[in-house]
Amino acid sequence: MKYIEPHAHMVSRTTADYQAIAQAGCEALCEPAFWAGFDRASAQGFYDYYRQLTEYEPARAAKFGIKHFCWLCINPKEAEDPVFAREVMAMIPDFIERETVLGIGEIGLNKNTRNELQIFEEHVEIAKKYDLPILIHTPHLEDKLKGTRLILDALRNADVDRDRVIIDHVEEHTAPLVLDEGFWAGMTLYPESKCSPARAIDILETFGMERIWMNSACDWGISDPLAVIKCALEMKKRHHSAEIVEKVIFENPKSFLSQCPNFAL
Amino acid sequence: MPSKKDIQDLYFMDARFKLLEIASFLDRVDRHEGEADFRHPAFLKALEAMQNPAEGTTRAQAVHLAFSDHSTEPADAATIQFAFGAVSDEV
Repeated sequence: MKYIEPHAHMVSRTTADYQAIAQAGCEALCEPAFWAGFDRASAQGFYDYYRQLTEYEPARAAKFGIKHFCWLCINPKEAEDPVFAREVMAMIPDFIERETVLGIGEIGLNKNTRNELQIFEEHVEIAKKYDLPILIHTPHLEDKLKGTRLILDALRNADVDRDRVIIDHVEEHTAPLVLDEGFWAGMTLYPESKCSPARAIDILETFGMERIWMNSACDWGISDPLAVIKCALEMKKRHHSAEIVEKVIFENPKSFLSQCPNFAL
Repeated sequence: MPSKKDIQDLYFMDARFKLLEIASFLDRVDRHEGEADFRHPAFLKALEAMQNPAEGTTRAQAVHLAFSDHSTEPADAATIQFAFGAVSDEV
């Protein structure tokens, strides 16, 4: 079954994972810049990370016939220090022209602070300046509802093109907020938090199959690089047609990502 | 689309298993020493919300809303990087 993995942190995964997702039908994979599980000691650490995202991972993925793309930013967990964050953001223009960069992401909020919000807004301005799409991380657990509302407020003020913004990690309580405002929504399939396959399908059945994708967001934590394809199989158990499954796991991400100048299958 | 019975055939055993996990978790907290923190009343509140969701709110949404921070102003600073799963007045 062909599919696109629109959100995976392969820098944290093994080459065997690339092999497994290729065997499962993954044709393209998108890797947003994120938190490494620890705070980097210097902005230079991000320079190396951006090189890894734009040079090493595309080559590793290509060995398995997977096209690898990335999004660039400083993640919200390391954005609490705005001086440090701006030092990192100043490097983004050096990488933004690289041929596998999709846009700015995953920006957003973590603990919903004023500094995080300020850096989020500055990232949005970078995206607007370079006319690039945006991938947005919403906070975890008890912080998600408030963070989603703050992000939506900021996006309204920034007057962005809503067709080119995807707000990720939605769950039952935030999916309608995002979709009703005309943005794209992403659902993350995690074994212990965010969405299970069954709940993700509930969200699809409740809020519709338009402007929504699902991802594994596999990283260094408890996560499953095959989560998207497992959810597709669950959709079949729920009597969804092969056409609908393909729409959700392939056509929808393709449709959004095709707005990125560098995306091509 | 599947019928209600189809959904039960697919998910009843799994949900039954998870319900027993919840019951056992609460028994475990009751049985052990010390004081439970803010997460315990939040959990009980979420269970209540699940059984009595507000009109227009699904059970899953009611659980999310019971666990969510409903404040509207950005925080002055981050004192932790992670999330507990329920709102603490101490952070």
